[in-house]
Amino acid sequence: MSAVVADHRVPDDLPGLDPAWSRTVVAPDAEGRERRWHVLDNGVEPTHGTLLCVHGNPTWSYLWRGLIAAAPAGWRVVAPDHLGMGFSERLDTQRTVEQRVADLGRLTEAMGVTGPVVTVGHDWGGILSLGWALAHRDQLRGVVLGNTAVAQPPGDLGPPLIRLAHLPGVRSVGCVATPVFVRATSALSRPALDRGVRDALASPYRTPGRRRSVGAFVADIPFSAGHPSYDVVSDLADGVRSLDVPALMFWGPRDPVFGERYLADLRERLPQAQVHRFEGASHLVTEDAPHYAELVATWVRELDESQAVPATPDTDTEVAAATASEHVPLWAALDRRADDPGPAMSAHGTTVSWAALSRRVTELAAGLAAAGVRPGDRVGLLVEPSADLTSVVYAVWRAGAVVVVADKGLGFAGMRRALRGASIDHLVAGRAGLAAARVMGLPGSRIAVRPLPPATRRLLGVDHDLDELAGRARTTPMPAAPGPDAECAVVFTSGATGPAKGVVYRHRQVRAQVDLVRATYDLQPDDTFVAAFAPFSILGPALGLGSVVPDIDVTAPDTLTAPLLADAASAVDARVVFASPAALRRVVATSADLSTDQREALSRVRLLMSAGAPVPAALLADVGEVLPGASLHTPYGMTEVLPVTDVSYGQIRRAGAGEGVCVGRPLPGVEIAVEPFEHRGSDAALVLAPGVTGEICVRAAHVKDHYDSLWDTERTASRHPGWHATGDVGHVDDEGRLWIEGRSAHVVSTAAGPVTPVAVEQRVESLDGVRAAAVVGVGPRDAQVVVAVVVRDDGAADGRGRRRRRGPLDLRVADHELAEDVRRVAGVPVAAVLCSDRLPLDIRHASKVDRLEVARQAARSLAGRGGR
Amino acid sequence: MARGDDVTVMQRRSAGLDCREVLGDVADPGAVDRAVRGQDAVLHLAAKVDVVGPRNEFEHANIRGTATLVSAARAASVERFVQVSSPSVAHTGRPLCGAGAEPADPVGARGHYSRTKAAAELLALAADAPGFAVLAVRPHLVWGPGDTQLVARLVSRARSGRLPVIGRGTALIDTTYVDDAAAALVAAVDACGPAAHGEALVVSGGDPRPVAEILGRVCRAAGVAPPRRHVPVPLALAAGRAVDLAWAATRRTDTPPLTHFLAEQLTTAHWFDQRRTRELLGWTPEVGLDAGFDALAAWYSRTETSEASS
Repeated sequence: MSAVVADHRVPDDLPGLDPAWSRTVVAPDAEGRERRWHVLDNGVEPTHGTLLCVHGNPTWSYLWRGLIAAAPAGWRVVAPDHLGMGFSERLDTQRTVEQRVADLGRLTEAMGVTGPVVTVGHDWGGILSLGWALAHRDQLRGVVLGNTAVAQPPGDLGPPLIRLAHLPGVRSVGCVATPVFVRATSALSRPALDRGVRDALASPYRTPGRRRSVGAFVADIPFSAGHPSYDVVSDLADGVRSLDVPALMFWGPRDPVFGERYLADLRERLPQAQVHRFEGASHLVTEDAPHYAELVATWVRELDESQAVPATPDTDTEVAAATASEHVPLWAALDRRADDPGPAMSAHGTTVSWAALSRRVTELAAGLAAAGVRPGDRVGLLVEPSADLTSVVYAVWRAGAVVVVADKGLGFAGMRRALRGASIDHLVAGRAGLAAARVMGLPGSRIAVRPLPPATRRLLGVDHDLDELAGRARTTPMPAAPGPDAECAVVFTSGATGPAKGVVYRHRQVRAQVDLVRATYDLQPDDTFVAAFAPFSILGPALGLGSVVPDIDVTAPDTLTAPLLADAASAVDARVVFASPAALRRVVATSADLSTDQREALSRVRLLMSAGAPVPAALLADVGEVLPGASLHTPYGMTEVLPVTDVSYGQIRRAGAGEGVCVGRPLPGVEIAVEPFEHRGSDAALVLAPGVTGEICVRAAHVKDHYDSLWDTERTASRHPGWHATGDVGHVDDEGRLWIEGRSAHVVSTAAGPVTPVAVEQRVESLDGVRAAAVVGVGPRDAQVVVAVVVRDDGAADGRGRRRRRGPLDLRVADHELAEDVRRVAGVPVAAVLCSDRLPLDIRHASKVDRLEVARQAARSLAGRGGR
Repeated sequence: MARGDDVTVMQRRSAGLDCREVLGDVADPGAVDRAVRGQDAVLHLAAKVDVVGPRNEFEHANIRGTATLVSAARAASVERFVQVSSPSVAHTGRPLCGAGAEPADPVGARGHYSRTKAAAELLALAADAPGFAVLAVRPHLVWGPGDTQLVARLVSRARSGRLPVIGRGTALIDTTYVDDAAAALVAAVDACGPAAHGEALVVSGGDPRPVAEILGRVCRAAGVAPPRRHVPVPLALAAGRAVDLAWAATRRTDTPPLTHFLAEQLTTAHWFDQRRTRELLGWTPEVGLDAGFDALAAWYSRTETSEASS
């Protein structure tokens, strides 16, 4: 007997688990029979409340060790192992969902849990914790859920892997006789879990006898009506809708068990929930994204605060109320010019008049509504910049729905993540996009841009095409127009600085952005523009200006040549060009191919605006040769707020060299403040004074509304109420000009203080023979040393062009002379000067250096043998 | 001595210094008692340093020597004891990047020297008590003019064209210029006391460089061509292991061209977070790399001139 007991004891050396948390509790089960439970309990006197953490199958309370360690002050954390599981008593028979919910209630009663309680559930622990929540409403303070489900979304057969585990033969072999199920669960994690953690997760399930309940638990998951637990779970799923307590969901989107649709289902039941998706994390989200614990702790802490402090008046609402009366809809110019035969847009050789565009938008808006596109629905767009794209965007807006724009710059995997993560309800796409959507497994109804043959239509699952929708307009009333506060777009960050983040805008915010662009560049009604920068290709009607998309793939900016730009400009007699630095580099490189007529067309351009990434002054000087009549401008901003500042070529030259890149003064209505390095976090006072370096924060009417399903990211970016923390670092000079010194995540944290990379890179790049440089840190925080990675002019081919963008950088120690030169100009101590043939660049702009990747590779190289 | 301290030196053979000298074996209680009597502080630098040799010789000098000295110092009511140790006592072969002073590991450390020094450091620190402050300092890779160990060997091998760079020579390595190391030891003697005791501190220049760059600069200072030949890492490690076996089998005691330990040291990062050291010792390196290499170059050019004229 003693041997058996020993086997049931929690090993005292499991990674991250404090043996002091482990205790045995004897409590009656649902039928009143005494049961021996194993519980992790931090033993804190619950002055604020209790977190009741409920694991799923086939894990155990070990799953919650990080949350116990990170528990907010005054919160007791109780994490039991279900009966038959973990290190709790083994069972001879199955227990139903109903019995297990009751068991849990008896246990918390025996443990003296009185509330307030926040339930935390993962996997099937989600159902059980919600069952407990519904039975203890008087004690309930909040619910937290991670990768779980309470119901199968309509038409869904249940998670495919669980369904497989459900087949009787598979279940007994997979779950009980062999540890396959136990082990497979931890094998889902990406990156692979540490061996010690995997073993710890499997430690209670070493023998078939110890695994019996793993199989029974799987058997008790109802996947069809008539299952003994089906009604109980259905009632529970309905009951969840009545929970009005705060809710938090944290999710690993790479979960093959509970995919994105289960998150959508839960959000629909608990619309008040805050959601954070840990991009890249899988089913065991607690293991793949261990910082979930900090997130939950912060959320719980804020529950306390929201209880203590009465809600402050919502300033956003006041702003909205003030602007509602004067809000000009984004499609206003289309209404106003509904009879104008002049060109509104030209793309790929086709020109569409204002009248035609206006009519098409109106028809499509009605058609979309008729096809079931409801206000607030999300419509994914996989359409190249074109008149089709523009008409669909404005029609979706007019119908009150939200466009989700994932451009090819994210790469295929990035687009897939973005569109799935945004939970689109509909998709508008061309044939290629529809095929891609199929491969990506995107949800939602399918609308084809052009009519397709019936077989193709069936194959691609197409529900409608645009012509058909427009044709319905006559018989369908026009939907009500959305107000200024309605959401209108989800766009994505470039992913140059981590996985692409969804950014949500409301109508009034896009309107404010468009108005600011028009005012900044003094755009007049006859300022027809060339949109060689993708985001601007759809803004023509909102700006009230005609536009032309050059005959290239706008999402591959480095395909634009000088002749193609000239042809586009002459087609509409363009006065303004919007482009990106990558496009301009190629335009300069191909300017010798221009004919006299083409040069003439380009000389009529009065304004060039280059956006998307910083533009080196030397490049602007070269662009000036190609566009001799144009004033050259470059705004500073980001996906979350654009533009923030603007600077002309002349102003850049006058500013000269300095600590970083001079991006000019804030535009009217835009405020800039700095969060100093020395005082980080929400308590820090923002500094408006010049000369202080830190993270740049922006306040303006056109700042994004929020990040999509990234509660923690949104919290961090909005830690100063009313301000958006940009993640860029820099300072304001005595003349009020903003200088950008790099990304917050790229700051080198040395013992002597922070070192920002951009200015050092500029000085190194000023050396003869150096084409590009990246300055990064290696070593632990606050003890890092500076490393310069240099690409020489005589290095292999075009380091900034179309070469391989991923993979090893092949780092070598620089020769003595180069190392000495770099140290002479760097201005900071440099531990190592390494050479490479290229630097890793982002896909969208082909100009942002991924310094984190450089740092990773430099760290590995400089660690020498045994470095990882 | 330069600042007027009353200094006694104990060693096996006289170095002809202008101070009181006690000659003898550091493990000989009688000699040690004579040396420590009446002293305020003991700076323990005596050790057997080598990459080869029988274990018992290391144990005698390093462990027994330290034990003898510690007990003699306590008996003589010495109040401060600075144990000079080595970063290798905590080095188990993994890269050390911005590391602090990890605990000495007499089992995991590499080679007889490091293991016995690890045991000695633990032994000394264990004696730390109120009224008897023990501080361990671990100077890392000390070099400079007149160094017959590291620098001289590198230069002589480079001169004969037998100094390769192992791998790409990217491993980041911190070093300590000899005058800076000496100043740190003096600072340690001064700091050792109620505010600084019972712990180990790595002492280094805090300015690491890739190993290829260090080798190149040593050669440049000595006026020889920097190494051009690169040997793959696995080959160097295998060669080092072969040498280890050959020396052990033949009981040779001369210094071999390459040991496994050395090959490992030259291909693995070691650099250190110096904040704690500088805070406790109130010391920062004053010479550093650039001035150090200038001094080394000046010394080599003087030596060559004197060799040429003799």
